[in-house]
Amino acid sequence: MAHGPKPGFTRWLYTTNHKDIGSMYLWFSFAMFLLGGCMALVIRAELFQPGLQIVQPDFFNQMTTMHGLIMVFGAVMPAFVGLANWMVPMMIGAPDMALPRMNNWSFWILPFAFAMLASTLFMEGGAPNFGWTFYAPLSTEYAPPSVTFFIFAIHIMGASSIMGAINIVATILNMRAPGMTLMKMPLFVWTWLITAYLLIAVMPVLAGVVTMMLMDIHFGTSFFSAAGGGDPVLFQHVFWFFGHPEVYIMILPAFGIVSAIIPTFARKPLFGYSSMVYATASIAFLSFIVWAHHMFTVGMPIAGELFFMYATMLIAVPTGVKVFNWVTTMFRGSMTFETPMLFSIAFVILFTLGGFSGLMLAIAPADFQYHDTYFVVAHFHYVLVPGAIFSITAGVYYWLPKWTGNMYNETMGKVHFWMAFVGLNVTFFPMHFVGLAGMPRRIPDYALQFADFNQIASVGAFLFGAAQIVFLFNVIRTVKGGKKATDEVWENPEGLEWSVPSPAPYHTFSTPPVVR
Amino acid sequence: MLMGFKRLFALLTISACAPAAFAQEASQEAAEEVQRWGVNMTQGVTEVSRTTYDLHMLIFWICVAIGVVVFGVMFYSMWRHRKSKGYKAAQFHESLGVELAWTIVPTLILIGMAIPATKTLYDIYDTKEADLDIMITGYQWKWKYDYLGSDVSFFSNLSTPQSQIQNQQPKTVNYLLEVDEPLVVPVNKKIRFLITANDVIHAWWVPDLAVKKDAIPGFVNESWTRIDEPGIYRGQCAELCGKDHGFMPIVVKAVPEDEYHSWLSDRAAAAARIKELTNKTFTFDELYARGEKIYNSACVACHQANGQGIPGTFPAIAGSKVATGPMDGHMSMVVNGSPTNPAMQAFGAQLSEVDLAAVITYQRSAFGNNMGDTVQPIDILNFKNK
Repeated sequence: MAHGPKPGFTRWLYTTNHKDIGSMYLWFSFAMFLLGGCMALVIRAELFQPGLQIVQPDFFNQMTTMHGLIMVFGAVMPAFVGLANWMVPMMIGAPDMALPRMNNWSFWILPFAFAMLASTLFMEGGAPNFGWTFYAPLSTEYAPPSVTFFIFAIHIMGASSIMGAINIVATILNMRAPGMTLMKMPLFVWTWLITAYLLIAVMPVLAGVVTMMLMDIHFGTSFFSAAGGGDPVLFQHVFWFFGHPEVYIMILPAFGIVSAIIPTFARKPLFGYSSMVYATASIAFLSFIVWAHHMFTVGMPIAGELFFMYATMLIAVPTGVKVFNWVTTMFRGSMTFETPMLFSIAFVILFTLGGFSGLMLAIAPADFQYHDTYFVVAHFHYVLVPGAIFSITAGVYYWLPKWTGNMYNETMGKVHFWMAFVGLNVTFFPMHFVGLAGMPRRIPDYALQFADFNQIASVGAFLFGAAQIVFLFNVIRTVKGGKKATDEVWENPEGLEWSVPSPAPYHTFSTPPVVR
Repeated sequence: MLMGFKRLFALLTISACAPAAFAQEASQEAAEEVQRWGVNMTQGVTEVSRTTYDLHMLIFWICVAIGVVVFGVMFYSMWRHRKSKGYKAAQFHESLGVELAWTIVPTLILIGMAIPATKTLYDIYDTKEADLDIMITGYQWKWKYDYLGSDVSFFSNLSTPQSQIQNQQPKTVNYLLEVDEPLVVPVNKKIRFLITANDVIHAWWVPDLAVKKDAIPGFVNESWTRIDEPGIYRGQCAELCGKDHGFMPIVVKAVPEDEYHSWLSDRAAAAARIKELTNKTFTFDELYARGEKIYNSACVACHQANGQGIPGTFPAIAGSKVATGPMDGHMSMVVNGSPTNPAMQAFGAQLSEVDLAAVITYQRSAFGNNMGDTVQPIDILNFKNK
């Protein structure tokens, strides 16, 4: 234990320690989660009843746009990078990340990117108001002036993600302890390795598409303007070539977390480890050839429609394999239901429901009725909230005793879980109904027949929001003190991270462990 | 944004008071006739919409069946295989046979779904041999319908009054789903829609017809329908297209064929009458009164009812350089649109000469502009032909 952390604020500014950086990522993402959540509450408050009550349509559009951008790029992605920073080195027996200085840099540019994005709310003409998918020409010729700051913020976020991904690939491929072969790696490491490749492949595409926008807006090109010989649909193809792998970037690490937690609390090894690895790789591959299922209504030739429909349906196969494996892991286990397990079980159930609606959306002719309605909003919130958010929460509860050396308060954890679980279903389940009944998404006001379910959804949203305050309180209490955790924390959990003391010392595995 | 917070504050402070409660009650009363608690897709009124519904229900029930099996096993083991019940964990963790089975079986189910879906898709894509062609153009934030092969062409605007949207009046049954001029079509005829847009991307969607197609500037998309029964079918724009995306509904009125033909010839005659008005000279008061109506349907969404616009986004007309400057500049702005800001559309082709003259006259004397001058329809025609 040669060096401890530096005293004072500079510890956080100059740190190259994977644990410090992991913690900063996690706190940052939680702050963004609350900010994006507040925007969601503005949306739900306005939609509580028909008519315009709280905000005007233009500001409503700014809220939907910023909510999406902040949740995707500010909350979910940095949270997974934070977990990777903390856990990947400890899981593979490495002393730190392979590129620690770049690690510091990739975190510290994020607050600037989001400060810039948030500042657009106070600019003349308001924040970006064209949806998080920012379709041209609404986001180019018709955009508010703040779009330029949005583009620059996206560039910085992309740079941060690419650096983070390179770091994770370099760490996993070069710094595994002796004996830690690829097929012995925990699934969280596997899923992150694959996610990192996805990031490296598609973040430059996102940078490309926003740069084309920048050129169209300021330098007289017309990539996306039909009047200048360009093509507005090109924007959607490029965007979704990034966008579809992006949604798997937000779910693959979740698979890894859940695959770590379920075996621990079922006291039974993970069923079908190698098929889990292959399924993850297949999902990643398929994610590159399904992008146009987001565009079934743009008027593609029928051959294109059919190709993207079939390819999308195929994703159900490896995803199904994963769900079956988790269920079989639980089957004939010896289960207990601590908070991480509750969140993981809810993940499996609700993510599967989101998968079902995803399969329905894959059927192109049916999608003509679902497309751009609240059915889609229900679908992607069912995969993202119980998928990404619940798995991150489960991971935090699962590893928090290792990080802090203290046990969290189990009762409060359960209260958090049940509030979040009920809140989430009350919010998002009725959205299936209003979507099927014909309510388009991204509208600030709606026809009277949608009023009842919208009112219910709004109540659920505030319950879900309140649940997060319980979470915050529980985490702060655990950081400050509480019952001491043992080194193993749980009953015979698998993985190298449980072989180091709790709390994990500032430097771990300075001498590599030997894995048999 | 500031406005948003002010309104929130105002709402919180008055929410307990009588007026708000009254508005709430009134809207509840109107909702009595509304079909509430709808949970499923409409079966619609076309063959395609019914096939789509059947496909939707087929996939839904397949998902339910899979869900029952998967969640059944899961809940069974959560119930039985608990540590608290003293259950000892088994240690199996692999089985090639099982893994193969749950890869192959779902694949077969998927093939079973793909076959009817492919058939329906081919049907939807067959736009050949239509009896009638209608061009649909999306504008911010209204639809334009051109009956190809006739002189009939018109805009369809939201007709729900602002007072309902702003909660000053009770909301009526078709709140936000009503327009000034519906699209009138004959039943039992194959109608081909040619769909495009003038500014940003919109999407034309009527659930009862199961038609949803993006309206993209510079592209013409095709779709078709054949409606079985007369009736009024309502839909909305389904692609975020800016501020008033939620306020550009679609209303389709399907009528028997002879009724359709008499409607069409009435419309053609009305269009001819409007053209004749171009040569008439109007008084200031006539133009001002007509202009106020036009302003409230064509201009009000951006420039607002008080002519103040929205600072930073839409310029004010009250005291503006254009509306209080030379007439030529004002005509050019309205007829040709703004050369720098694409949000200011060219209204030359959207409004008749009479309406253009009226709305320009109105803008120059309303909102305290006090120019007091008039422009006649014939001046507009001459300006256009210059």
